[in-house]
Amino acid sequence: MKLIVNGQSHEVAAATLAALLVELDFRGSWLATALNGDVVQAKERDRCWLTEGDRIEILSPMKGG
Amino acid sequence: MLVLYGQKLSSRLLLGTALYPSPAVMADAVKASGTEIVTVSLRRETAGGKSGGQFWSLIQSLGVRVLPNTAGCHSVSEAVATARMAREVFGTDWIKLEVIGNHDTLQPDVFGLVEAARILASEGFEVFPYTTDDLVVAERLLDAGCKLLMPWCAPIGSARGPQNPDALRSLRGHFPGVPLIVDAGIGRPSHAASVMELGYDAVLLNTAVAKAGDPVAMASAFGKAVEAGREAYCAGLLEPRDMAVPSTPMIGMAAFS
Repeated sequence: MKLIVNGQSHEVAAATLAALLVELDFRGSWLATALNGDVVQAKERDRCWLTEGDRIEILSPMKGG
Repeated sequence: MLVLYGQKLSSRLLLGTALYPSPAVMADAVKASGTEIVTVSLRRETAGGKSGGQFWSLIQSLGVRVLPNTAGCHSVSEAVATARMAREVFGTDWIKLEVIGNHDTLQPDVFGLVEAARILASEGFEVFPYTTDDLVVAERLLDAGCKLLMPWCAPIGSARGPQNPDALRSLRGHFPGVPLIVDAGIGRPSHAASVMELGYDAVLLNTAVAKAGDPVAMASAFGKAVEAGREAYCAGLLEPRDMAVPSTPMIGMAAFS
């Protein structure tokens, strides 16, 4: 299945957002995720099913002003 | 004592965490400034990356509150989504709301700002809106549910200091009970002191400290300037007068001719 993760195209086997994070090696309690513009909380990721062409954002803390 | 959304604070300086020569210098500057609130952001993580986690650990070790921002967002939907993700990561309802309207000036899109503020306030966010010094926009933001305002005094990173003190004074006069924080445009400790002397409640800055020759020393200087400005405001400032007024008594002057 082809997905857009942080703006880049990925061909993945993962069926859920939780599995996607593992497959692409995103680890850490500090990550925030969104699917097609909607926030997906950490506790909901294993029930968040993915479909072809989904856009996923994976963010983490960064310095800011 | 400063109270922001029910949180009592001793320091009236809020400090950004970007643009420092190193994370260690940033941490030392935060400590030297005496600030109790630092601003942070969210950005895309790289696969296998740990930089976000390392940064977050460093911030947590400083023992300060975090104020996540929506910096770089140019639309209501972007800002709202970023705020929701920030709440998830940082575990706070506080959000420094930025909806940028122009690439060159980085001035707020005040129409989008009000709309985003209304959405976020309805979801329980405690919004710190980065806005202009426009009085009517300020009223709309308060109507939208904001309990404080963060007007700029000059464009972000410009270091120009207060460009329109009259507008800042007008905001202070119209909203005596609303916490007002100058956010953006401060370049020197004297700029910070001057807005505090106007009765502003706090100052938020980043570049003026981070890009100083010695950021840690400058952080300390800003901490003192903010305190001095506040103390001066509370002490009651002498208003400017048109004519000279002698300070030394004239009574008892000797006559030599």
